[in-house]
Amino acid sequence: MTTPIIQIENVHKHFGRVHALRGVSTSVQRGEVLVLIGPSGSGKSTLLRCINGLERPDAGRVIVDGIPLDNSSEHINAVRAEVGMVFQQFNLFPHLTVLENITLAQQIVRKRTAEASQRIARELLAKVGIPEKADAYPAQLSGGQQQRVAIARALAMNPKIMLFDEPTSALDPEMIKEVLDTMLLLAREGMTMVVVSHEMGFARAAAHRIIFMDNGTIIEDTTPDELFTHPREERTRQFLSKIL
Amino acid sequence: MAEPDLAQPLARSGHALPLPDWERVPWWMIVLILAGILAMLIIFTSADYTNILLLLSSGIALTLYVTFFAYALALVVGLVAGLMRVSRNPVLYTVSTLYVEVIRGIPLLVQILYFFYVIAPALARAIPEPYADIFRREENIGIVALAIGYGAYLAETYRAGIEAIPRGQMEAARSLGMSYLQAMRYVILPQAIRIILPPLGNDFVAMLKDSALTSAISVKELTLWTRQRSANTFRPLEHWTIAALLYLVMTIGLSLIVRYIERKFAIPK
Repeated sequence: MTTPIIQIENVHKHFGRVHALRGVSTSVQRGEVLVLIGPSGSGKSTLLRCINGLERPDAGRVIVDGIPLDNSSEHINAVRAEVGMVFQQFNLFPHLTVLENITLAQQIVRKRTAEASQRIARELLAKVGIPEKADAYPAQLSGGQQQRVAIARALAMNPKIMLFDEPTSALDPEMIKEVLDTMLLLAREGMTMVVVSHEMGFARAAAHRIIFMDNGTIIEDTTPDELFTHPREERTRQFLSKIL
Repeated sequence: MAEPDLAQPLARSGHALPLPDWERVPWWMIVLILAGILAMLIIFTSADYTNILLLLSSGIALTLYVTFFAYALALVVGLVAGLMRVSRNPVLYTVSTLYVEVIRGIPLLVQILYFFYVIAPALARAIPEPYADIFRREENIGIVALAIGYGAYLAETYRAGIEAIPRGQMEAARSLGMSYLQAMRYVILPQAIRIILPPLGNDFVAMLKDSALTSAISVKELTLWTRQRSANTFRPLEHWTIAALLYLVMTIGLSLIVRYIERKFAIPK
């Protein structure tokens, strides 16, 4: 086994008096697609946000591609350049066009020229299926289109890892599929992905591993097939009975 | 487009002919325009008034000069102080909060006099000679004093605008590898400034009116100029009426410019 691209060791996180993560350890291999599920408040989003330093663990270590996420802002920025993130609320920049949303970070972080970054942006827009929306503003797009732009924006930085934080939870039902299809495409291409989502269809189709979390700890860590057909723990069974 | 406009008053009033909606007519503007035309008729048909207008106009230049430079400087001071106010660094936060609280608690006129009599002479003594002159000229002192006074209010405006931007914007920018300052410059501030354009515009207009306070330190802008002319000629009514009209024309003009800028930079929906 090669060195995992993400190593999480005994991570604790408190929010005031809430103990959100209670000693979580796991790792992700290159090219692996990991899905995190669990009830709200189980710590799955917090764990995801620890991987690109949006949350700082109170104890424990997170190492991404050999770089420890510590207090050094140099390390954090280096990790963030390797890790793309897609949010539940899309978080596109509303004052910029779709094309500018995708080129901004390429130019100021990756130092690409305007022409190079625009070429990459247009390629990615074609890949996520909305090349005609390059000059639209985010508010003029549907939720599903906005989320696909957000995916293209993250991909433009050539990340080694993509994190998805409930990417379809804010979408109308008829738009969920177009986003999941884009994610499936990425998974097939061998992208390392960590996905917080309750889309069991996606988990079955794309995930190599699935982790069920509750109360800040990992309850089960197995394959999707195994989890859906033979959940070991009572809590997992209860949760699955509610969402399936 | 025309159809709903026509249909609405018809449906509501039941009249056969669509009447204008009297409550929505901007009466204040019509009264103002009529008054303006009347004032212009009086001014340009009377040689006295025309003379006064021509004499006072030289004060306008200095009023606009002081206002524009003081406001530009206040925008910079306010931006820096506003960024310090949202900073998590306790030193920056404390220094900027002190500045805002102290300045907002002292009348602007007192600040201008204090700067003129106490701080500017000290600065002029401390700075090497060719540059010390900066703090000996009244209009420069007035500009800096106004900028410091307004900077405190603008800092709070910037802070409110920055805090109105959802947290996800900063998170998305940082996730793309931008530094905090890059995220501020390219993502947060462009949105925040659009939100705070109306209050910024109000402060611009208010600054124009408050530039009259610099007459207290003998900056020969419109107010001081009017005062001297009216005292020399014993004709306060004509002079002060024209001064008031001139201020009104300038503030309304500025408001229109600000509204135009707001519309121009609105985010397409």
